[in-house]
Amino acid sequence: MFIIKNKFVFLTISAVIVLSSIVAVAVYGLKLGIDFKGGTLLEVNYTNGRPDTGAIVEVLKKNSITDAIAQPLGESGLSIKSRPLSESELPTLVADLSIDGKYPLTKTSFTSIGPSVGKELSQKAVVAIIVVVIAIVLYIAFAFRGVSKPVSSWKYGLIAVTTLIHDIAIPAGVFALLGHFHGAEVDTLFVVAILTVLGISVSDTIVVFDRIRENLKNHIAPTFSETVGKSLSQTFVRSINTSLTVIIVLVSLYFFGPSTTTNFALVLIVGMFFGTYSSIFVASPLLVIVEGWQNKKK
Amino acid sequence: MIKKRILAVVVLIIGVCLAFFVYKSEPVNGQAPAKPAILTNYFTKHPMPFKLGLDLSGGTHLVYEADVSKIPSADVSASMEVLRDVVDARVNSKQVSGVLGVLEPLIQIKEGGVGGSEQLIVDLPGVTDVEQAQKTIGATPTLEFKLQGDKSNEPIEATVDENGSVSLGDLNLGYSYIDTGLTGRYLKTASVQFDPNTGSAFVAITFDDAGAKLFEKITKENIGKNLAIFLDGQILSAPTIQTEISGGEAVITGNFTPQQAKALSSSLSYGALPVPIKLVSSELIGPSLGIAAMHDGVKAGVIGFIVIALFLLFWYRLPGLVGVLALALYVVITLTIFKLLHVTLSSAAIAGFIISIGVAVDANVLIFERIKEELRGGRTVADAITAGFDRAWLSIRDSNFSTIITSLILFSLFAGSFVRGFAITLLIGVLISMFSAILISRLFLRSVATKEGSRVTNFLFGSGFSSAKSNAVSMK
Repeated sequence: MFIIKNKFVFLTISAVIVLSSIVAVAVYGLKLGIDFKGGTLLEVNYTNGRPDTGAIVEVLKKNSITDAIAQPLGESGLSIKSRPLSESELPTLVADLSIDGKYPLTKTSFTSIGPSVGKELSQKAVVAIIVVVIAIVLYIAFAFRGVSKPVSSWKYGLIAVTTLIHDIAIPAGVFALLGHFHGAEVDTLFVVAILTVLGISVSDTIVVFDRIRENLKNHIAPTFSETVGKSLSQTFVRSINTSLTVIIVLVSLYFFGPSTTTNFALVLIVGMFFGTYSSIFVASPLLVIVEGWQNKKK
Repeated sequence: MIKKRILAVVVLIIGVCLAFFVYKSEPVNGQAPAKPAILTNYFTKHPMPFKLGLDLSGGTHLVYEADVSKIPSADVSASMEVLRDVVDARVNSKQVSGVLGVLEPLIQIKEGGVGGSEQLIVDLPGVTDVEQAQKTIGATPTLEFKLQGDKSNEPIEATVDENGSVSLGDLNLGYSYIDTGLTGRYLKTASVQFDPNTGSAFVAITFDDAGAKLFEKITKENIGKNLAIFLDGQILSAPTIQTEISGGEAVITGNFTPQQAKALSSSLSYGALPVPIKLVSSELIGPSLGIAAMHDGVKAGVIGFIVIALFLLFWYRLPGLVGVLALALYVVITLTIFKLLHVTLSSAAIAGFIISIGVAVDANVLIFERIKEELRGGRTVADAITAGFDRAWLSIRDSNFSTIITSLILFSLFAGSFVRGFAITLLIGVLISMFSAILISRLFLRSVATKEGSRVTNFLFGSGFSSAKSNAVSMK
């Protein structure tokens, strides 16, 4: 099996991508959305033409809303992202945005999230990621409890975690780049996407491991690494085909779906792609390497 | 074999019926269908639409934080429930009176949880006037008892209509009112009671100890005067003090109908509820945005399904066709369950469902690949199907389990958030997909597997660019 033979090549590719992702996150950082840090997002639609940017900036200054980001939205829309606005500030701002009634507008969407709510959500997101990872490791250790030779079941779990880190790091890196160049923000959906990637990608890894388990029982090959290689070639097409189908629906969601889930779909596409890559090109080669170390010790 | 085929046809017919149900039970914008049929008429009268989340139907989402610092911790959850009922009643009464055009308000308590505080989540579908909504809910109502000035001894009769609106004659305009210090803070309960003799309804109120003493003092000193009851600065009624009242119990009489009395007593109860709430987050989604998001979501789902169907047909041929049918049934069954369980569909929930379509294919692919392997191993088609399913089941179970774990964790952690909708649709989707792959795909595959070893069968069960048998050769 070429994957096992060239395992160091594939592992190096992964290592490089993961390292660059970590560097991207470290250098650019992840831009937090308003649902995590609190803030206001106001979207209005001008029914009769949009005032020029200068006028809008003036309005914001007049309402002492500094640090706001005002962006045109489509043909006639405008979005303003700012600090949390109080209940009394909003109506004044909306009224002022019509520039003395010269540019009639309607409020299409308004989101205001207090800092306390954002803080709570951030904590929840962190807890969710930790709980999901722990649950998955426990599950794998449990599912493979019968397998102890030549590699014990908790090592399967550990390798699955390594691939999970791989699967989280890369979308995070991609998002750091997107955030830096296109202003993409990490919101609740991003966290949900990451967790979904974890769930689906680990299921890929499980299918491969499951095959290895079965083949070890049936002694289909003389050595461990050959058994892993054979298992991989047996599950290869399936892994790619199933990820392909999920990626198909995600691409459809990305291009045709609602704008609120566009970034969500993107994270999932990146995550699914590298999640599948990791279960084929990272998890099994690592398993073979771990087995090799064990032999050397003996 | 014949039995299997009949069963397969029955399953397909059930699927078509479910699809009919899902489609027909959607209300058709108030338009009568062109060809009235009995069932269609039934659904026109009893539509069962998908429950849409706020981001799709448009509306207002408000999150309030309740200040429960002054409430003993044992009473927190009870007072949160009272708060919810109060806000619910307020929204509903405003809805009836037409101030807020709320379709189906949803008011829920969000438990503290991780680093959390006591929160009240108010979802008002169809409401786009955030300020009005906030005004309706926001301020804690104040209940005050004031003495009416000496200008007249005539008692004022307040009329409370069925909707809870209070209307008054002009009589009270000329009076001055003196604060007594007695407010809703001292009110313990207010309830509707009926006079056993006349059967007429009245409102009975009780004060707490401090309130009872104050009430006793006020009534003692002001016999013959009118004690006016104000809610949010508006006069509700002004009964005449007949005698000194001790024990903290009083009744408010008038020519109330039971509905009026109920409206008054609940108004009074609101005033008796001092749990300050603060708006911490609000969201408004314009109705047009919601409709666009929904169309896009449906479009993405349909396109994704078509592309997957084409892929399955080209790559897996006959099993692929079976997979497409099973997938179609999967979609129909899942949508039916969404309807019957009133699962709220938001953008995130639709995304969860669309992902579950991709995951549902996974089970079928696992089975087909396994069947192909068994065929290569020299088994007959029928044997290969049986062995393929048996072997694939373990993988399907193990691999879906991690997605189930993830969705359960998301569901339990993110109460009151749209994340929950995503977790629910993904969970239902994965569960149904396991069921449909194992039962439906197997039934269909068995009913189409006929002649052993013929070239046609081998081609149909082959994959990619070669048939099953020649695949076996090329693998060697």
